[in-house]
This record gives sequence, C-alpha cells and structure tokens, in this order.
Amino acid sequence: MFEVLFGVVPFLFLLGLGYGVGTWRERNHLRALSAREKEFTDIRISTIQTVPDPETVREASLVSGGVVIAADYFKTTAAQIRKLVGGEMGVIRTLVERAQREATLRLLAEARRMGATEVWNIRYETSSIRGADKYQAAASVELFVYGTAVVRQ
Amino acid sequence: MLVVNTENVPGFTIREVKGLVQGNTVRAKHIGRDIVAGLKNLVGGELTGYTELLTEARRQAMERMLAQAQQLGANAVVNVRFATAAVTQGAAELYCYGTAVVIQ
Repeated sequence: MFEVLFGVVPFLFLLGLGYGVGTWRERNHLRALSAREKEFTDIRISTIQTVPDPETVREASLVSGGVVIAADYFKTTAAQIRKLVGGEMGVIRTLVERAQREATLRLLAEARRMGATEVWNIRYETSSIRGADKYQAAASVELFVYGTAVVRQ
Repeated sequence: MLVVNTENVPGFTIREVKGLVQGNTVRAKHIGRDIVAGLKNLVGGELTGYTELLTEARRQAMERMLAQAQQLGANAVVNVRFATAAVTQGAAELYCYGTAVVIQ
C-alpha cells in the first residue's frame, strides 16, 4: 500500500507541476512571441535563393538564430502515451512551433542590428545535443536557422 | 570576409572560385548543464545552456571554415550550409561548408 503511494504520489505531483507551470510558461511564451513578431514586420524573409535587384544591394551577410526548448514533465509523459497508440504528438508540435518562431526572431534581431530589410535563402536545421535516445529526443527541441541578410541602398 | 548562403554575393561578381572550404566542431556540455536541463524538463522552457552551446559550436565551425578560406586567398564564402550529426550523445556536432571565392 505504502509502496504504491510512494510511487504514485510523486508521479502525480510532477505531472501536475508540469501541466500547471508548463502550460502557463507556454502561454506566456506564445504571447511574447506574437508581440515580438509585430516588431519585425518590416523585414521580409523568404526561402528564395537568388536575391533580386542585386545592383541596389549595399551589404550582405550571413545571419543566424538558434534555440533549445525543453518539454515539461506532462508533455514528455503525454508523448510516451501517444507512442502506444500512434498519431500526432500535439504537445510536442507546439514545442517545435515555439522553437521555430523563437529562432526566427533571433535571426531577425541579428538582421535588424546590421540594418537589413530582407533575409533571403532561409534554412532551418535541427540538432540533437541531448542525443537521439528514446526519452531524450522527445524531451527537448533544438532548432537553428540561418539566411542571408541584405541591406539595400 | 563576406559570408552568405546564397549562390552569389548580390551586387558583386565572382572572379575566381577557390574551392570547397569546411569547418566542424564537436563541443561537449558539462554535467552541470545536464542537471539544470533535467530540472527544466519538469516545468519546460528554454535550456539557455544548450542554446549557448549550439551558438558557440556554430561560431567555431564557421571560424574554422573562414580560416581555410583565408588560406586559399579568398575574400568571400558563398552557398554556406550547416549540417548536424548525432554521433556522440551529449555534444553539439556541427559541420559547416561553403565555396571560397574571390569577388569584385
């Protein structure tokens, strides 16, 4: 009886903590992302490789941004359960979305610092510092983005 | 040294192609960051230690690539690409490559 209690109670506590704090942090992050994205509406970004009108380009340079975001305990547990039945991992998908938007904002901030108004040939890349281990892979999202920032005359 | 990931440097013409240049790095994180990451995994959020590691690795790989380009006498690197690997667990493995050119 006590053994069961000692096993279940911490698990439920962590699950509750993860759900409560994790969801709150995610909501805050998403709100902050939307606000910060509004500041960069004047910078155009695209995946097109060739920069049009090269004669008016004053400066071009590689810019990049990256982020590693951890999942909370609830997300990791939900992902483990999802693996049993298959289907889309919604909780992890929002994590990837957050990482993607955050990385893009950091790239845009770097472009802004050099006075660029356009970023061309944007590429996203994932990494796995934490390893491709079954548990670890779902535990965090690592993303970085790079592109060519262009300053016009 | 100009570095871009487009096929040519806009506003410049490529006079000479010096060849492929590349740089790589495998940077390990220390155990302290692992512990912090483990705790962060309870409540979620950014792992700043790992973000720094990733940024640092990216810069180092690029610096090595630029050193190669300098040796070849190039003044720009075009079509830069990054690639990652996961050979060692717990390390940032980054590979950076591009074409060293002389632009005018």
